[in-house]
Amino acid sequence: MGESISQKAGLGGFITTRLQELINWGRRNSLWPLPFGTACCAIEMMATLSSRYDLARFGAEVIRFSPRQSDLMIVSGRISLKMMPVLIEVYNQMPEPKWCISMGACASTGGVFDTYTLIQGVDQFIPVDVYIPGCPPRPESLIDAVMLIQEKIKRGEKQTKLYDRTQHPLDFQPVALVTEAAAGTPLLTGSRASLPAKDVETQEQNFPVGPPERTVTHVQRLKEPIAQSKNEK
Amino acid sequence: MATDLAALVASLKTRFGDDVLGHTEFRGQFSVGLRRGANLSVLRYLRDEAQFEMLTDVTCVDSLNLPPEMRKEYPERFAVVYQLYSLSANQRLRVKACVPEEPCEIDSVTPLWEAANWGEREAYDMFGVVFKGHPGLKRILMPDNYEGHPLRKDYPLKGRGERDRFPKYTEMPER
Repeated sequence: MGESISQKAGLGGFITTRLQELINWGRRNSLWPLPFGTACCAIEMMATLSSRYDLARFGAEVIRFSPRQSDLMIVSGRISLKMMPVLIEVYNQMPEPKWCISMGACASTGGVFDTYTLIQGVDQFIPVDVYIPGCPPRPESLIDAVMLIQEKIKRGEKQTKLYDRTQHPLDFQPVALVTEAAAGTPLLTGSRASLPAKDVETQEQNFPVGPPERTVTHVQRLKEPIAQSKNEK
Repeated sequence: MATDLAALVASLKTRFGDDVLGHTEFRGQFSVGLRRGANLSVLRYLRDEAQFEMLTDVTCVDSLNLPPEMRKEYPERFAVVYQLYSLSANQRLRVKACVPEEPCEIDSVTPLWEAANWGEREAYDMFGVVFKGHPGLKRILMPDNYEGHPLRKDYPLKGRGERDRFPKYTEMPER
């Protein structure tokens, strides 16, 4: 690098570039990851960071456990219904510009855990830039993902928007919703249509139909005064 | 050892009468079925008189659609299962207390064993069994605003859509 700079600088002793490119050069070569490790993918992430695979070669070795000091979130592992608010809260606290890697099958799609509580892909709830397949992915895959992020920063792309699965013609919808839409029943009540009639009755009695009202977004919650939210608890 | 346990289980039947619904034995493991209101008295007797000092686990089973011949000692839908251990005699005993579907409640055994606290919270969270007299009966595994009890047999395998209609990250307004 030093050599090429001196070559470019030549005898005049200065180089010219655009300011934005200089900033992006700095950003992509000093990514500070925030490890959101919840499962075995985090072990592979640790291996990537340690000496054998040495993510420091790509300038991303400064692991920050505070979201306020980091700009790359690595979601590695299963995210449950109870963990997702924490993940969104942490993601909101990261200063912009920020990027996100969804590492492994569980973080990207839910993996084999198609249960009542596991989030089927964090990209439904936060914007994801790079997905890594694998269960768990090898450290080379994570290095590749970090390099893809670097490429993305180099191109100077805008902030990733939240990915809306329902708008994509080729993408899937949650299985329960698809079967219910086909059966003509109201959406968002679970896969009740596939149950025996007797069990449906039991369930109707125990759990009234219809999604709960949750209209408060996280931005609204952040704007609320802290004292008020304490009083609510 | 097993003979002592068999004698104890037999004496329970004579001592508590109709409160003890029956027992099963499988390879030296005894499990005793109880009427719902009797769990506190029988378990206190087992702790104080029969040296079952330790409660290793409290959990619950839902036997919806299970044929009655497969669950002789607990005829109701739910059964709260207490796993007891005797430190002095190195013996284990399983006690199942019946809980009907309605009203789905039973006395808490936290007065006898503090260890029952979290186990009963989990049974409440997963099965909806209400433990009367519990010091703080709230959900332990699922979020507080979760609806339903997911380990009930009539709960859909893939949930009721709660993981899909969760509030999303909303992007910050442009400045």
